[in-house]
Amino acid sequence: MGEILLRVTGLVAGYATPVAGPLGFELRRGEILGFAGPNGAGKSTLLKALWGGVRVFGGKVEKAPGLAISHQAQGFDDLRGVPLTGRELLRLTGATPDGLPPWLAGRLDQRLDRLSGGQLQFLRLWACLAAPADLVLLDEPTNNLDRAGVAFLADWLGRAHSGQGIVIVSHDHGLIDGVCTRVVEVGA
Amino acid sequence: MSFDLLFDPLFRVPFFTGLLLAALLPPIGMYLRLRNEWLAALAFAQMASAGALLAMVTGWPMLAGGALAALLAALAKGLMARAGAGAYASMMLLAWGGGVLLVANHPLAEQAGHALFDGQLYFTGEGHLLAAGVACAVVVPLLAWLSKPLLLGRLFPEFYRARGRDARPRLMLFDLLAGLAVALATISLGVMAAFALVFVPPLIAYRFAASWRAGLVLSSVIGMGGYCVSFAASLGFDQPFGPVCAVLLVMLSVMSSVNSDRM
Repeated sequence: MGEILLRVTGLVAGYATPVAGPLGFELRRGEILGFAGPNGAGKSTLLKALWGGVRVFGGKVEKAPGLAISHQAQGFDDLRGVPLTGRELLRLTGATPDGLPPWLAGRLDQRLDRLSGGQLQFLRLWACLAAPADLVLLDEPTNNLDRAGVAFLADWLGRAHSGQGIVIVSHDHGLIDGVCTRVVEVGA
Repeated sequence: MSFDLLFDPLFRVPFFTGLLLAALLPPIGMYLRLRNEWLAALAFAQMASAGALLAMVTGWPMLAGGALAALLAALAKGLMARAGAGAYASMMLLAWGGGVLLVANHPLAEQAGHALFDGQLYFTGEGHLLAAGVACAVVVPLLAWLSKPLLLGRLFPEFYRARGRDARPRLMLFDLLAGLAVALATISLGVMAAFALVFVPPLIAYRFAASWRAGLVLSSVIGMGGYCVSFAASLGFDQPFGPVCAVLLVMLSVMSSVNSDRM
């Protein structure tokens, strides 16, 4: 078993008021943890609470010293008209283009606004997945992905990733069941 | 109509001062546009003009007054980040009102006010050229250093926070640099010419550039090209520089827009 990256106990998080939790779990390097639960249970809020993106009302999030976190958030700012290429996007987060699917690897020098919605979403996801990080947090990673993108992501996550810990929030039960080494239920 | 003045040594210093600023302002505009903050440039320019006029009537150098006012505006912008366009509009109204009242009530301010509002580049001296050279030498490397946090701020706003780092000091530094560069351009070129050079070249570069890096270069080239044509036209036709520069750049933008729609 890998070293412990995260130890979460009794985590209650929200915005003006608490909206999610309590939640507790441990995550080790090499594990892929899925958050399961109904809509409105606060899965995305708890995911953000792991890096301090929302207010923590109770409980503790203990991180391994020097833990580098990469977070893929839901939604994407409209990039129409911004002259940025895929290669420049990956360079920003330090993500390597090695391992990209062939249908995207050949388009890295195109502007982002010349890519399809599915290609852009996958590239954005890849910029977080392949960035130098100990812990990768994925919030609905299959949203807006086409079938080829979902299949490639599931295959990539399904291979051993001993160097990182990954936490996934997804409505896609197939993805959660197929790639997660453990699932944590988040109550409504 | 005479273009002989173009070769008059008297106009060399103003020409090169403006050329340096025309190369510098568009890349700053690229980042302001990226952050949907291009209106801030007009607020900085208006504040700089009001600050320069206030400095003049109180016996201080105009350049220092303009730079200080724009720095205060940049600081206020950083502190009122959530206010967005509303904060810029308030700054513009305040600066415009203050500037016009100074011009109306102080004989010394009247001529300088017209030069700032009309954009009379030909009054710039060696001090302006030196300041423009220093601004280029300082801003260009700092802009290259700030590029990554500025781009990440738009594309992955949570990138630094998730890693326990705070990007705000660097974003604030960009605001200060933008404020200083626009202030210097406002004192040298006039309010609207400075704003046109921040706003229009990036508008065109965003349409045509193949990458971000190419966009920075293209915007700078468009800025310098537009500036040179404006300088020659305003001298040749004996017109104030500011309006000629603004009109020519906007015409270029409209023509490129028609061209890009056909592509």
